[in-house]
Amino acid sequence: MAELMLREAILQTLFSEMERDENVVVLGEDIVGGMGTEGGPEAIGGIWGTSTGLYDRFGGDRVIDTPISESAIIGAAGGLGLTGKRPVAEIMFADFLGVCMDQIWNQMAKFRYMFGGKTECPAVVRMIYGAGLNAAAQHSQAPHGILTSMPGLKVVMPSTPADAKGLLTTAIRDQDPVIFLEHKALYAEKGEVPDGDYTIPFGHARLAHAGEDVTIVAAGLMVKFSIKAAQGLAEKGIGCDVIDLRTTSPLDEEAILDSVENTGRLVVVDESPPRCGLATDIVSLVTQKAYASLKAPPEMVTSPHTPVPFARELEKAYLPSPGKIADAVERTLAWK
Amino acid sequence: MQISEDALKQAYRQMKTIRMFEERLHDEIMTGEIAGFTHLYAGQEAVAVGVCEHLDYNDTIASTHRGHGHCIAKGCDVRGMMLEIYGRADGICKGKGGSMHIADIEKGMLGANGIVGGGPPIVVGAALAAKLYGDGRLAVAFSGDGACNQGTTFEAMNLAVVTNAPAIFAFENNHYSEHTGVAYAVGSEDIASRAESFGMKAWRVDGCDFFKVYETMGEVVDHVRAGKGPAAVEFDTERFFGHFEGDPQNYRGEGEIARLRKERDCITIFREHAAKNKLVSKKDLDAIDKEVSDLIDKSVEESRAAAPPTAEDVLTDVYIDYI
Repeated sequence: MAELMLREAILQTLFSEMERDENVVVLGEDIVGGMGTEGGPEAIGGIWGTSTGLYDRFGGDRVIDTPISESAIIGAAGGLGLTGKRPVAEIMFADFLGVCMDQIWNQMAKFRYMFGGKTECPAVVRMIYGAGLNAAAQHSQAPHGILTSMPGLKVVMPSTPADAKGLLTTAIRDQDPVIFLEHKALYAEKGEVPDGDYTIPFGHARLAHAGEDVTIVAAGLMVKFSIKAAQGLAEKGIGCDVIDLRTTSPLDEEAILDSVENTGRLVVVDESPPRCGLATDIVSLVTQKAYASLKAPPEMVTSPHTPVPFARELEKAYLPSPGKIADAVERTLAWK
Repeated sequence: MQISEDALKQAYRQMKTIRMFEERLHDEIMTGEIAGFTHLYAGQEAVAVGVCEHLDYNDTIASTHRGHGHCIAKGCDVRGMMLEIYGRADGICKGKGGSMHIADIEKGMLGANGIVGGGPPIVVGAALAAKLYGDGRLAVAFSGDGACNQGTTFEAMNLAVVTNAPAIFAFENNHYSEHTGVAYAVGSEDIASRAESFGMKAWRVDGCDFFKVYETMGEVVDHVRAGKGPAAVEFDTERFFGHFEGDPQNYRGEGEIARLRKERDCITIFREHAAKNKLVSKKDLDAIDKEVSDLIDKSVEESRAAAPPTAEDVLTDVYIDYI
């Protein structure tokens, strides 16, 4: 075990998977940084610190610094995947999904189905997502809901450094296209990370906090907020299960339903706006499959139906928070 | 460029197979038996064949919505393609893709594509993989004059140049993007000059003359296999049918299609050139016509009788492994 920041866990995993399998190739904007400048390659080393040193170790054929061309990045990842490589593409800000949607939605996600199950595209698309850094409307969104709705993709949202390692390792070794969402506000989060080969299977949620009264379901940064809320509520004698989904596609329905059957109360926390998203999806699942267990209407703690605002005060008002989550838990307990 | 008689016969067979496949589909679609949207390649055969005859199965291509010709030229099973277009369980994509999504990775065919401009970025990826394999293989993106206006095509060309990827951008200018003329839709003088402006070498060639296409592609393929970077070729070619089957084509000029079939038919041009230069006998070419005609008849007959997929098949092949 070593204590690492989440971003370090990502970098270490890329390093070890590139060492382990020569077919692993990484590509993205400025993942080397400094190409074509006086400073030279690695002058920056990747703006997130998640690719620093890869170019020096593995060279430019496997660590491909691309121009700002998201469609070409994702398309190239698709082509590399179809022809026997294991690309790991980086989309610097998940908001740029808007630029490369076709290559994800119409191409990569559908190859296998359209082609009658005869192809494999083991591509990983790492996207850095989320609000909390006052990066405003085009550099802060959480697009997991859109991506989870797309058949053919798997969607991963790690919340701890250990999970980042275990889930990214699984993603790179997986045979299907995987979207790997890294929350920028979690990059400096520290935690113990297992040494050596470490994988976490997809579709298995983690019980991040245990309690008997209310089930809280969350993913990514929202897990951290939910744990904080649960810890505060525990001091008041209120027990919460916090279910960290880890992957939103596939979804561990069983973990959610088992917990709700025990607690009878559900709070879903989602960083994205409320319509047609992860929160509505989980509420729908529970009302359809565990209706009889519910003692109160499910609660959703989400961002509002607005773009992500800039100013500190506005962004704070926009995002779910431990306080908002605790309030929702108390509302569901007070329901008669 | 020297081509053996056998190679010429093979090229002719491929061109003729595409032509008869498409002409037959045109007739069969009229019967209402075939569902969906179909875009026919007839008229452009010399391009697909003239390019693909230089490739082997390690080389990859990505195609377009007008993809049947590229599929056949790259070696996809004709019978399997016909079954697919009829939506049958034994189709090359089990009836899940249809006309616009035929692919065969084993043959290096990375898929027809329903999205105009969808293929070039994928081809750059295949070319980057080819570079890593390091055995001289390459990847070809077939695009039309429509796709040459898509941003994805520009991004792909630039990325290919920046990474020195062994990619060929094959632009088939058939003068129509859907129902719009190239004179309106392409702002530059031609398409090849766009590729040149991205920093790659580009060729221009008459796409209705197999011999010219084949000879030019020899140079292009040599250039790319030698690691000299990506290349582009603009083919001046003709589309004998509409954008899709059912297109009224009221935007075509008076007598235009009849004139194209008379003056710009790549099959006729091939036969005339072969006769004039005594390359292949008429008898041999007629025998190939008969052989191809039988293959198409048989494929249609079999496709008509073949079983459709079942409702359960909807759910398979989304993932390799899910829960």
